[in-house]
Amino acid sequence: MLSYTLKRLAIAIPTLLILIVVSFVLMHAAPGGPFTSERELPPEVLANLNAKYGLDQPLWRQIVTYVWGIVTQFDFGPSFVYKDRTVNEIIAQGFPVTLTYGILSFVVAVVVGVTLGVVAAIRQNTVADYFAVGVSIGAQVLPNFVMAPILVLVFTLWLGWLPGGGWQGGQWQYVIMPVIALSTSFMASIARITRSSMLETLTMNHIRTARAKGLPERRVILRHALKPAMLPVISYLGPAFVGMITGSVVVDVYFSTGGIGKAFVDSALNRDYAVMMGVTILMGALTILFNLVVDILYGWIDPKIRY
Amino acid sequence: MLNRRIAASVLALAVAAPALADNPVPEGVTLSEDQHYTFWLLDAIKSMDPQVNTDVEGSDILRQLFEGLYNEDGEGNIVPGVALEHAVSEDQKTYTFTLRDDARWSNGDPVTADDFVYAWRRLADPATASEYAWYMELMQVENAPEVIAGDMPPEELGVRAVDDHTLEVTIGTPLPYFPQMLVHASTFPVHAATIEEHGDAWTRPENMVGNGAYKLDEHILGERVEMSPSETYWDAENVVLDRLTALTINDVNLGLTRYLAGELDRVDVPAGQYPRLAEEYPDQATSTPYSCSYIYMLNVGDQGPEALDDVRVRKAMSYGIDRDIIVERILQGGQRPSYNWTHWATAGFEVPEIDYAGWDQSRRMEEARTLMEEAGYGPDNPVALTLNYNTSEDHKKIAIAVSQMLKPLGFDITLNNMEWKVHTDRMQAQDFEMARYAWCGDYNEASTYLDLFTSYSGHNNGEFFNEDYDRIMKESKTAEDPQPLYQEAEEILAAEMPVIPIYHYAQVDMVAEDIRGLPTQNVMQTWYAKDMYRVAE
Repeated sequence: MLSYTLKRLAIAIPTLLILIVVSFVLMHAAPGGPFTSERELPPEVLANLNAKYGLDQPLWRQIVTYVWGIVTQFDFGPSFVYKDRTVNEIIAQGFPVTLTYGILSFVVAVVVGVTLGVVAAIRQNTVADYFAVGVSIGAQVLPNFVMAPILVLVFTLWLGWLPGGGWQGGQWQYVIMPVIALSTSFMASIARITRSSMLETLTMNHIRTARAKGLPERRVILRHALKPAMLPVISYLGPAFVGMITGSVVVDVYFSTGGIGKAFVDSALNRDYAVMMGVTILMGALTILFNLVVDILYGWIDPKIRY
Repeated sequence: MLNRRIAASVLALAVAAPALADNPVPEGVTLSEDQHYTFWLLDAIKSMDPQVNTDVEGSDILRQLFEGLYNEDGEGNIVPGVALEHAVSEDQKTYTFTLRDDARWSNGDPVTADDFVYAWRRLADPATASEYAWYMELMQVENAPEVIAGDMPPEELGVRAVDDHTLEVTIGTPLPYFPQMLVHASTFPVHAATIEEHGDAWTRPENMVGNGAYKLDEHILGERVEMSPSETYWDAENVVLDRLTALTINDVNLGLTRYLAGELDRVDVPAGQYPRLAEEYPDQATSTPYSCSYIYMLNVGDQGPEALDDVRVRKAMSYGIDRDIIVERILQGGQRPSYNWTHWATAGFEVPEIDYAGWDQSRRMEEARTLMEEAGYGPDNPVALTLNYNTSEDHKKIAIAVSQMLKPLGFDITLNNMEWKVHTDRMQAQDFEMARYAWCGDYNEASTYLDLFTSYSGHNNGEFFNEDYDRIMKESKTAEDPQPLYQEAEEILAAEMPVIPIYHYAQVDMVAEDIRGLPTQNVMQTWYAKDMYRVAE
């Protein structure tokens, strides 16, 4: 197990390097640059800017310098667009925000999704099942860029209960709507996966055995059915968790949270090479890490899996 | 020895001066208990460094935190800032500014001429690598191009401190509108010791030292900016608003929703919503002219399509567009249809008589048909063109409308939507046929627009080169009254039609009813929180 984990972590390094090089090259291949604006800069001004940010160097040297800065000083460089900030500062400001609403959304999505799925499965073809399936399908088809403005309209403009956006250091009033908007579709997916997986598990031999032993139904479900039923859910949760904590541009745009999702999309549109690379690496590292976590969880849930 | 004389502009300033030192609140007005003003920002502030900032929204913030030589009043006239007045030399090339002696930085240090010298050199210095370094060139400050190119040290820039309260600027060619240009945020002074101590981090709230009426309390990128009155500001006793909050909301429609929920005091109105809001909230919906001009630029250069070399085709295209439909049905916010380039409300500028502006649309269509026939084109032999525009619902709607309007004349227009950077990059590489473009004035004078189409401008992406035009614009720099020359330049544009004017912008806002002191007649839309206040309802 330990050697497996170490091996996986060792593979992560070349993976990240490839990610860096490919992103770097693709990014520079896109037309326009960080200093392209409707006011075309005089050549001498552009030359000064390119010199300051090292863009006058050949691409390979830019990549080497960049990677060297990360490896030696954990320095992701200055933002080319938010000029009085470094990439480290931008991530340090935005990522905790994203992490907060991401983790909360994850918890909400898992708790509500699994509950709905289990209830639907054990009460299959009853009103409870139809309700749970209805809710999850409704939540799935309503995209969050539609839901977000509707939430603001209802809770801010009509009811006046919640502020329409902002973050204010993560005060609860500011967190509710981003969490609802972000968690809903994940919750729906989790509910559907849980339901079908649970239905399948309930037909298995060990469940029949448990029931035959006369165990109370509650114990059968929680003790014997839930754990194996969670396998497909877990494999979904890994990427879903990364998706949630690496930010949602929709949440950031509609609720002005100042999170990392908006910064990422802006960096691509602004050709803010440094921010784009920084967030890409962050997301890449998190993806690798959580895929590993999921694989380890597999082994814990299903003892048949060996590394 | 320079032979100085007092310029007419000094007299104008002297008249305006007494009004400024007074309280902005007129007699008999009852102020509200609440003097907190919350305004909207579309995007995160890219920089709070005056010499690094490039954005309009960034300038809106900087104008509260710093004060330059001159400010503007609600009508767009320049009024004293740190400078009380100036004198101009006989040859119109040396400006001597007298600075007020009571101006203070937020740490208590006096604001001196050296602070301006430092800031201006910093703007031009290659080490700063400012995107707005070209503004020094635009102001014609002596040796600016050489300093920016690194051929001369920044100390050679034509700006020097005669003493603590006297600043002398030398410019290369006379510029009648030079004082107006000093309102621009990139010319604001900065505190040298602070920058040297903190480097790029000097703009953080805990480090920043400014000389404006407000100081920075908090800046969370992409979320909010908080400001409160600066006790050291020379006119602090007349500052009324006791707190300023700027909220970033990236979606215009959501901004409006939050305004209606009472979270904001000022917000932009999305296109098409003004008529409804004006009816429902007549005291809050406002539309005032805003110095930007929307056009379709045609590529008349070597890389452009052959058909556009023919002025008849270009004119037919311009005549064929019904601008009334665009402003009345699509934008609906008090924008004006335009038949010329310079914004109609620009100070001192009078739009010349342009023939087709006075015709009705059926007459224009008729003329356009004739021109197309003469040029050998028509519905049977259409001109195929690609219209590039950057991503935006409004640009898209206008582009669709225009392509339909031009179809009957024999234009087969393919719409090509591109991301902003790609669009700009293509335009600047002359890799386009017809492209959506807009320009906003840097200062309130027609040359900010008209200089663009000189052959030497660097922004003339359609490569319209015309000797007469160049000559007129050069002459305007030294003319006693440049306005007739500006009109001539506009007439050349109308006759040659290298661009198709579409409309002149308006600033369409919702403003809380109890807010006073926002500019009403200032086409630059520069506003100063120190001139604003809330009245009791």
